[in-house]
Amino acid sequence: MIKIVHYINQFFAGIGGEEKADIKPELREGIVGPGMALKAAVGNEAEIVATVICGDSYFNENLETAIKEILEMVKKYNPDLFIAGPAFNAGRYGVACGTICKEVQDKLGIPAVTGMYIENPGADIFKKDVYILSTANAATGMRQAVPAMAKLALKIVKKEAIGTPAEDGYLPRGIRKNLFREERGSKRAVNMLVAKLKGESFETEYPMPDFDRVAPNQPVLDIAKAKIALVTSGGIVPKHNPHRIESSSASKFGKYDIAGVMDLTEEAYETAHGGYDPVYANLDADRVLPVDVLRDMEKEGVIGELHRYFYTTVGNGTSVANSKKYAAEIAQELIKDGVQAVILTST
Amino acid sequence: MRLELGKVFIKDMQFSDQTMVKDGTLYINKQELLNAISGDDRIQHIELDIAKPGEATRIMPVKDVIEPRVKVEGPGGIFPGVLNKADVVGSGKTNVLKGAAVVTTGKIVGFQEGIIDMSGIGAEYTPFSKTCNLVITCTPIDKLQQHEHEQAIRFIGLKAANYLGEAARNVNPDETKVYETLPFAEGIKQYPDLPKVAYVYMLQTQGLLHDTYVYGVDAKKIIPTIIYPTEVMDGAILSGNCVSACDKNPTYNHCNNPVIEDLYERHGKDYNFVGVIITNENITLMEKERSSNWTAKLAEFLSLDAVIISEEGFGNPDTDLMMNCKKISAKGIKTVLITDEYAGRDGASQSLADADKAADAVVTAGNANEVIELPAMKKIIGYTEPADTIAGGFAGSLRPDGSIVAELQVITGATSELGFNKLSAAQL
Repeated sequence: MIKIVHYINQFFAGIGGEEKADIKPELREGIVGPGMALKAAVGNEAEIVATVICGDSYFNENLETAIKEILEMVKKYNPDLFIAGPAFNAGRYGVACGTICKEVQDKLGIPAVTGMYIENPGADIFKKDVYILSTANAATGMRQAVPAMAKLALKIVKKEAIGTPAEDGYLPRGIRKNLFREERGSKRAVNMLVAKLKGESFETEYPMPDFDRVAPNQPVLDIAKAKIALVTSGGIVPKHNPHRIESSSASKFGKYDIAGVMDLTEEAYETAHGGYDPVYANLDADRVLPVDVLRDMEKEGVIGELHRYFYTTVGNGTSVANSKKYAAEIAQELIKDGVQAVILTST
Repeated sequence: MRLELGKVFIKDMQFSDQTMVKDGTLYINKQELLNAISGDDRIQHIELDIAKPGEATRIMPVKDVIEPRVKVEGPGGIFPGVLNKADVVGSGKTNVLKGAAVVTTGKIVGFQEGIIDMSGIGAEYTPFSKTCNLVITCTPIDKLQQHEHEQAIRFIGLKAANYLGEAARNVNPDETKVYETLPFAEGIKQYPDLPKVAYVYMLQTQGLLHDTYVYGVDAKKIIPTIIYPTEVMDGAILSGNCVSACDKNPTYNHCNNPVIEDLYERHGKDYNFVGVIITNENITLMEKERSSNWTAKLAEFLSLDAVIISEEGFGNPDTDLMMNCKKISAKGIKTVLITDEYAGRDGASQSLADADKAADAVVTAGNANEVIELPAMKKIIGYTEPADTIAGGFAGSLRPDGSIVAELQVITGATSELGFNKLSAAQL
């Protein structure tokens, strides 16, 4: 029997409205409020072992404490599944449902599902991390929402294949998944072109994301005193690529010591990058990672010093999400090491 | 310009003592073919094989795939400016060995090149599991530089296709299709009330091993220009690249450009397909600005109402795609884009390296980062060792049992941005 812990707010627990929104988390054995409908929906397959109730104001105003308290409560029951809400269009409740579902998933490793209206602020924040069933904007939609939420949750806990958002009713999470369509791509493009020309409706297959444009930092005030690091997506690595950074879609970055290295020679360095002709980079890796020039500048006093390590990865086919992750880790180390400026080279 | 494309359907391929087509079988005289493609002293050995659909055969690392064609009537020959004189092609009659292909393989050139599986799950992703393939394995001399190696093999592949194409010269085609595009002013008169549509054809030109040739000219040195769609069918554009094989256009795909075919389908009904603008994907900002300025200018010059823009490659060329889209849209011309995606193995990342709000009509050929497991094959033509290092592979891609786990990137033509396949991606 699948064990479920259910999370609801003070309102759905029948404790009160806004005036009771500051109540602390409390744990009740068994079913409360919408848990009744949930129990009916899961039938004999699962059992709601406990319900956690928390005031929406309390949760959002005491985030860290509330999360800690609730996780303790959930942990006690060691459930197979965690369900929160549905929150419909209640903003603070939605954010609470999303937050606690993500925490339960991440910290306890228990699958979690919630439900809310697409315009609930919690939907946008958490749809990538948590399966959120798409519901109506008010509690009148409870009768449709709960069985659908239960169905999706059971699928997830039983590790069954999850269908498309349209098939399984959840809010699109922004996860790209391959599939075969009826027509080849060129035909679909022509169909889309004709629809666009005629002013008819069409659906783009890849909606544009909000593009992350990075504003340049303030200039370094005194470059002659600055410690400068080299970071590259051009794939320069010690000969034979010791950490086997992939030629495309890199799953890691490398950090290499260049203390005393005055020049990147053909014997000692090469590129792991698969997206450009490697001949010239392999002959002289300084072309991509200019250690030689920076050593000269160090000697001439143009720069303070060249940082002892360089960081490298392969940009070719590496997803933006992974690139961001590597950059965040590299930046933290560089700051810790007192680096003031970075020369980023790409290929 | 009017071209009759005569298709001679090939269902089988065999080595024989005479090169000819008979009852749907392409017979190949091995020695004669060898004579036709040998002579480059940069290559020390050439091996010939045949790979047919359904066989437990893996070809890797694949450099190019080429369809055998022959000009039967009209000026010029196949692959003008390369194997034949630089006559303007695209008119008269051309015969095609439909169902046959030349595939070049051999020692890895760089980190490049792809995989063709003739059966199993991998076969579902590559168009070239459905063709009877004459596979050429070339062994270069020691210490041959990569770009020399690439060039030598490129020419061997083209020569082989040219040689085999001759077998179609005197055969009555099983099917003939006529494609015609009028000179611009006449074309406008023909369908004065239909919206004017063109195809913006982006060619991979990021540098050595990432090159495309137009009438023999390295396309990174061209200014965007206009060509008749039928010129492409006679091999005016050919591939000199095989980097991240999933979304590079082999010469086969250029000759069979599906955007051109599908635009012709509804020409004269829903729109007036007036021609093709070719452009490049160079690496510096100035070059990108210049080329996208020119595509937009040419689109305006032709008084277009809408264009389809296809990309080749990913990352760096994503910026060219967006610049083309933005600048053409800004002229009041509607755009539809064809691309593929690099959304990470989990599909959770942003898919392209650039974005623009004008790109509101996009066709995607799938997420090339998605991981696929290819079963071991009985026969290997080429070498499987590069599985760990080709684009899309990683440490451990080649398993001891001969199976390969890698990103879809490794499969030749899998996420063709010409829209060659049905593969796509959706939001979950």
